[in-house]
Order: sequence, then C-alpha cells, then structure tokens
Amino acid sequence: MSLLCETPSLSRRAVLMTGGALFAWAYLPRFARAADKRDPRLIVIVLRGALDGLSTVGPVGDPDYAGLHGDIALSLSGANPALPLDGFFAVNPAMPVFARLFKAGRAAVVHAAATGYRERSHFDGQDVLESGLPGPGNATTGWLNRALASLPAGERVARLGGLAVGPSTPLVIRGGAPVLGWAPQALPTPGDALAERVLDLYNHRDPVLAAVLQKGLDADRMALSDQLDGKTMKPRSGLDNAAGMRQSAQGAARLMAADDGPRIAALAFDGWDTHVNEGGATGRLANLLGGLDGAFEELEKGLGERWRDTAVVAITEFGRTARINGTVGTDHGTGTVVLLAGGAIKGGRVIADWPGLKAAQLYEQRDLAPTSDVRAVLKGLLADQFGLSPAVLGDKVFPESAAVKPMRDLVA
Amino acid sequence: MAAPFANSVSPDPALVALNRFGLGAKPGAEFGKIAADPRGYLEAELKQQDIALISPDDPRNAGLLDSTAAIQASMAAAMERKAARDKKAAAAMQPMAADDPAGPAATQAKPAVPRVEADIYRDEAQARFDKALTTAPGFVERLVGFWSNHFCVSVAKAPVVRACAGAFEREAIRPFVLGRFADMLLAVEHHPAMLFYLDNRQSIGPDSRAGKRRGRGLNENLAREILELHTMGVGSGYAQADVTSFANMLTGWTMAGREGRLREPGSFVFNANAHQPGQAVLLGKTYPDGGMGQAEAALNDIARHPATAQHIATKLARHFIADDPPEAAVARLVTVFTKTDGDLRAIALTLIDMPEAWSTPLTKLRSPLDFVVALRRAAGATAGNEPQRSLRWLSVLGEPLWRPPGPNGFSDRTDAWASAEGLKTRLDIAWQAAKQADDIGDPEEMLASLIGTSVSTETRQAISRAESRQQGLALLLMAPEFQRR
Repeated sequence: MSLLCETPSLSRRAVLMTGGALFAWAYLPRFARAADKRDPRLIVIVLRGALDGLSTVGPVGDPDYAGLHGDIALSLSGANPALPLDGFFAVNPAMPVFARLFKAGRAAVVHAAATGYRERSHFDGQDVLESGLPGPGNATTGWLNRALASLPAGERVARLGGLAVGPSTPLVIRGGAPVLGWAPQALPTPGDALAERVLDLYNHRDPVLAAVLQKGLDADRMALSDQLDGKTMKPRSGLDNAAGMRQSAQGAARLMAADDGPRIAALAFDGWDTHVNEGGATGRLANLLGGLDGAFEELEKGLGERWRDTAVVAITEFGRTARINGTVGTDHGTGTVVLLAGGAIKGGRVIADWPGLKAAQLYEQRDLAPTSDVRAVLKGLLADQFGLSPAVLGDKVFPESAAVKPMRDLVA
Repeated sequence: MAAPFANSVSPDPALVALNRFGLGAKPGAEFGKIAADPRGYLEAELKQQDIALISPDDPRNAGLLDSTAAIQASMAAAMERKAARDKKAAAAMQPMAADDPAGPAATQAKPAVPRVEADIYRDEAQARFDKALTTAPGFVERLVGFWSNHFCVSVAKAPVVRACAGAFEREAIRPFVLGRFADMLLAVEHHPAMLFYLDNRQSIGPDSRAGKRRGRGLNENLAREILELHTMGVGSGYAQADVTSFANMLTGWTMAGREGRLREPGSFVFNANAHQPGQAVLLGKTYPDGGMGQAEAALNDIARHPATAQHIATKLARHFIADDPPEAAVARLVTVFTKTDGDLRAIALTLIDMPEAWSTPLTKLRSPLDFVVALRRAAGATAGNEPQRSLRWLSVLGEPLWRPPGPNGFSDRTDAWASAEGLKTRLDIAWQAAKQADDIGDPEEMLASLIGTSVSTETRQAISRAESRQQGLALLLMAPEFQRR
C-alpha cells in the first residue's frame, strides 16, 4: 500500500491500524441513496465481435468522417438519413428507440471510448472487457459478478443475485456471487408433466440436480408468462440476430421486473465483427443495431415502472478501423462507443473528448483514438447505482485500475 | 458440486465401463456380457487396429477432404465471395441498380456462415457422429474428445478454420490418441488449423528478412498457449522471457498462402524468411539456430517436462474420474507418463486399471457432447436432419462442436454444465429425442439394456408409471443413472 511509503516514521503497528481503518472506510459502500426509495437495476449488454462506433453514432459534423468511412458513412441526407443527436453526432437510423430515449434525456453516448486493452484480438479484448482485469489472461470471474460480490451480504441487490441470459453464462457475470440463468426458448417444451416427473425422480435420487433443474424451470416460467409465449417467438439461432436479441431482452425484463427478481443482469449479443459488407444506414450492421434497439425497447416496456431506476449499458471489446477496408467493411480497431439507456440515465448527451479523425489524430494512424476509458463509465454506473466506493471499484471490481476515476453524473 | 447421496457406494462396474469411460449403452447391446468383464470390454477396444481413425475406406467418409484440400476449397470460396461482392459494389455504383427491389435485400439475406465451409463442417460433423454412434464402448472416442478439447481450435476464428477443424482432428489428434504425446504435440503445432487459430501464421521474427523488410514482428499467442495450455500448464515455472523466446523459435511456422509461392496452398510450410535467426533460450536451455528444427527440439523437450506430465495426468484424471481427482490416481498417471515417455496407450490402460476408476462414485455430469451422443445411442438417430439437429442441440447446451469459447477449450467440471438453464435444456432435448424415436420398446427392456441391474427403484418406478412410452424414454434419458458418469 502507498501508505507504507508515505509514512515511514510510524511504528509498524500504527501503520497497520491506520491502514486497516482506512481500508475499512474506503471499502464501505455508500448508502446515501438507500433512503430515497430507489430500487436501482443495471443491465449490461456485451456486444461481442467489436462494434463499429463510427457507424453506430456517426460524427457527421467531422469534416474527415465521410471520406474515411466511405460508402458506409452515416449522413443526415439521402434515402436513410441518420437521426441527429446534437449538432455533431447522429445515430444510425436503425435505432429510432435509442434516438427517442436520447431526446427524452434517457439515453446517452460515450464516444471515443476503449478499455485498457490496446491489441486487436477478440478473445483477449473480450477477456479484458468482461473480466475487468488490466490485461488478458486466464480470467474466470467477471467484473459484474465481483461488483455483486462486493456488496454487503444480505443487502437486497446482493441477496437477489445476478441474471445471465443465454445458453452459457457470459464471463462478465461469472464468479462467486449467485447467478440465475435463462435463455430464450429455443426448443419445443415438453410441458409440465414430464418436468414434474423428472423433478420428483431427482428429489428422491439426486437432490443436487433437483435444485438446479428447479431453478431452470422457475426462470423459464417467470420469463415465459403472459404474452411471452415460447411457441410464438423462437429465435432461429443464437443471439446474433435481431429477433433473438429482442426476445432475450424481453425475458430479462420480465425476470428483473419482479419484486424478488435479480437487479443485475448480463446479456451477450454476438455477430458485430463486420469485416465484410458492413453496410451503413442499412445492411448487416444496421440489422444488428435494429436488434439492439429492439432490446432497449423490450427492456423499457418489460420493466414498466422499474425502468425509472434502471441503467442499461452496451459495451464492446474494441472499435473498428476509421477507414473502411477493401471489402466494404472495417477491421479491428480501438476507440468505439458505449451506449447508455434507461430511466436512471442522465441522458441527452454525447460525452466525448473528441480526438478528431485526421491521420495524425488517429490511434496508430488507423483507429478512432480512445479518450475515455470504458471502465470509468462502468465504475460511474456501479458507484451511482449501487454505492460501490472508488476503492472497491479500483481494487476488487476492476483490479489495478485506481488511476481510472469513475465517470460521475451518468445517473440522474 | 456435492455428490448425490444415492451414489455413495462403489458404482456398478458395467456403468463405469459404459458411462465413465464409454459413450453409453445401446439398446440390444449385451449388457450382461459387459457386466461380466467390464475392464476386458474396454481393453478389447484399445486392441482394435486403427480404432481411433475415421476410416477413409468407409464409403460414407469418401467425401471427406484432407486439410489442404479443405483449406483450398475455402480459399477458392473466399475469392468467389469477394468477386461477387466487388460485382455487387460495382453494380451499386449504377444509380438504377439502387432502385432494384431485390438488390439490398439480397445483400442482407447473406447467411452468417459461408456455404462451402458450412458444408465441409457438416460432413465432418456427420462422420464424427457416425463414428461415435457405431463404436462400442466408445472409450477411444472419449479419448479423441478429450484430446480434441485439450488441443482445441475454434471454427469461429475464420471460415478457413471452419473448413479444416474436422480434418485437423482426423490428422493431428486421432492418429496419436493411442500413440505418443510428443508426436501428437508436434502434429498439432504443425497443423495449419492451429497455426491459423493461434495466430502464428502472421508471427514474424523481428530480425528475419521479412521482419526487417515489412517492419512487422512477433505474435506470442501460440507460444504462450503451448506452454500454458498444451503442455506445462499455467504457473509451472516458465516466465515471460520464455514465452517471447519460444515465440521467436516458432516464427516461420505458417500456412502456405493462396498464391502457393512457398508450397502447396493451405499446407504447412516453414518460411525461413520469417524465422528469427540465432540461438534461443527456453527454460534455461539454449537451442542453436536450426530453422524449423529449433522449435521442434524445444517441443520435444517440453513434452517430457515434469510439469507437462503433471498437467496432462491431472486433466485426464479430472475428465475420467472426478472434478477433484484422487491424488493417488494422478500420481499413478504421472509415473506412467514419465516412465513410458508419454505412451498414451499405456496411459489409457492405467486409467482403466486404477482402483479409483472403479470405486469413485459416478458424480460427474456428462458434458453436453457426451450427453447428446449417449442420447443418440440410446434413442437412435433420426435420419434426414442429421447432423444439424445434434449440432443445434450442442449449441443450445453451450458446447457447440469445435467452437470453444477460448483456446482453453470447454470446461471439464460438473459445475460448468450443471446450470439451471443447461439442465432445463437437457429436459427439452430428452423430450424431443423421445418424440422422434421410431420404435420405443418395452420400458423394462430399455432399462435392462441401457442402465442395467443397478437401476434405482425410483427410476424404475418413474419409468414404469410414465404416461406414454415417449415419456418413459425421456425420463430414462434424464435419470441420474443416465446423466451422471
């Protein structure tokens, strides 16, 4: 600890006591918000494959943008004009819901953002993004789970655990804190009769499997109640298509809207690696962005009055090249966007220390240069929603990141 | 995960042979005969000539491509796709074309996985499932699965890997599962699929001719994963300097490109122009510059490193015996690995000879792959939509074939698979499989041939009281006796 260096004259015992006291103080979550009856929720959407931030929220006011991003650059004119956010940025027209939320002050963008990772490997980049560790490695737990685990035991958010949406648990929410799993209905269901019989058999022969299966059936029932009928809406494949994204958000919202439902969730959407035929206002990326927009809409609808205290954040491992490549797509880059939505968000803002797009301003002369740290955004959300202290955030949740200060005032 | 209380005594030896070591029983198989000599049943399979290979003589496998041909097909398809894109891009330049209603829509409808590669992948998957469904007891296929996951590649990396993942397993894994570990290691690290997957293809020695000319350099990915995942294991004594040095030694190990300047496109080639010149030190030993032989010598050494024996022995014992395997079992495997210079047939025999293998309760949950295969063996594969249905099941269960989330492969621990969502999905799949089963016989006979005499009263009752034969079969497929191994 730095304290040891700064106070060399103190006795060892005194140092330890001071350190201990400071430690305890620094790790104490703030419950200033506990009294105001807020019931905050946080939903993290991981976009795997590296989202092209410049085609999601285009800097249409930057004179160098259209030249670099070529045929797929967003534009305020033409057949599919982008939706202006402010005088400089415009969002992809595939995202009308996000644009509406932005106008209503319930969505925001952090642009030119990146994690601390500066290479361009998906695996490592996702590893860093989801683990919250300073570099890639054999990560087994994610920052969202460690945030959950850092809350005082018995506290409501900690007690209710997390929610992982998808057939496997995204790394971001893996770890010691309890996590419920749910995936959109992908197969015809056998009906309750068989389930009850198998449960009965497990109760007699294999209580461990009984408990696990019971949880799976419960999660499924909660998410599939009412209009969410497993027979009518089946995504055809994994969560790399618009229908799958929308449906998984529907299920997540239903589970999280419940009084005893999880307050923290992670969803992972695949397919953002647009090396080829990326498209701009229409096309492949726009289809995916439409799915993400649909997910925002379903969360808003499904959470009902809980939406008011909800923050949704969409993050990706890194951005893509500022200049399009030879196959009308973009290659792995650096800076990109973080999208924020939800009733809790102090929105209507594109938060960016815009680095510019001239050759010398690009990172390694090819990528949007990062001027914001994704971790700062995430820390800000965790601090504002759940009262986690900078010390916990800089040490436990995002190890070795004390220098990355939480971005404040993201939450209204 | 705690052990189920019902399995606290020594398991039925027939189930140990069929489920712990094999791929599961098949209806009509002579359960009684297996029960009489379960160890002999496993050993007999190890003695069969070429048992681990997917035979090219079998007419069903006649269409399988070797990796070079598969990669070339993928390269050709990529060229065609590019030409089509260029044509479309050119057409889009024409103002009239933009009004063509079919134009933009057709672009959007492009399948996520290119067709040529998807077809090759499907054929390879089919051959693998065929083998798994017909072999008995499937101990060798389980070993293939273990090593394929140990030395995994992912088809998500690139279309080229999708095209050659199956060939990789047939060429670099299967010939060696009852051979020597060092031979498998060398075959794997020479294979274009691995060189592509772990980025060694682009790794260039900074002081090599290519490095100086193009100002490009090292990629440590493969070197690190060989040490960390393939051989010694993380934290086993190598340092960053070893990784860097080993990466230097591996420079030049690449895949011949489409132009075929160095060798036949898609085949392994050592590109001396990209190889870092000079001697290199790994784990304290100096390797003189010897071109490709330099890294080969290093691979042969680390294959025999004590940490490698420990790492492999622990993983094997975890796979076959328990998540936290008995220390004595691991120690025995380490000894045999060391004494026999990594003879994997001797290791396989040691596994089935160990008392722990027959006394440890069956507490592991079958992995999704083993579950789907066992279910297919039990309920019968339906013709027509295979292997797509099995592949789909593997995806929704979170273990898509040859598509692990990272180079460390799929988890081999029960905790990873005994998830709420996972178990619920197994129930859905069991029901689907039961509904599709053509001819479900008498439930008592099913039990006798699939689970045997050690079936619990509760399982027997649950099945005998089922509403329908379909429900009875689904219950059997979900029974603890079927899920655990």
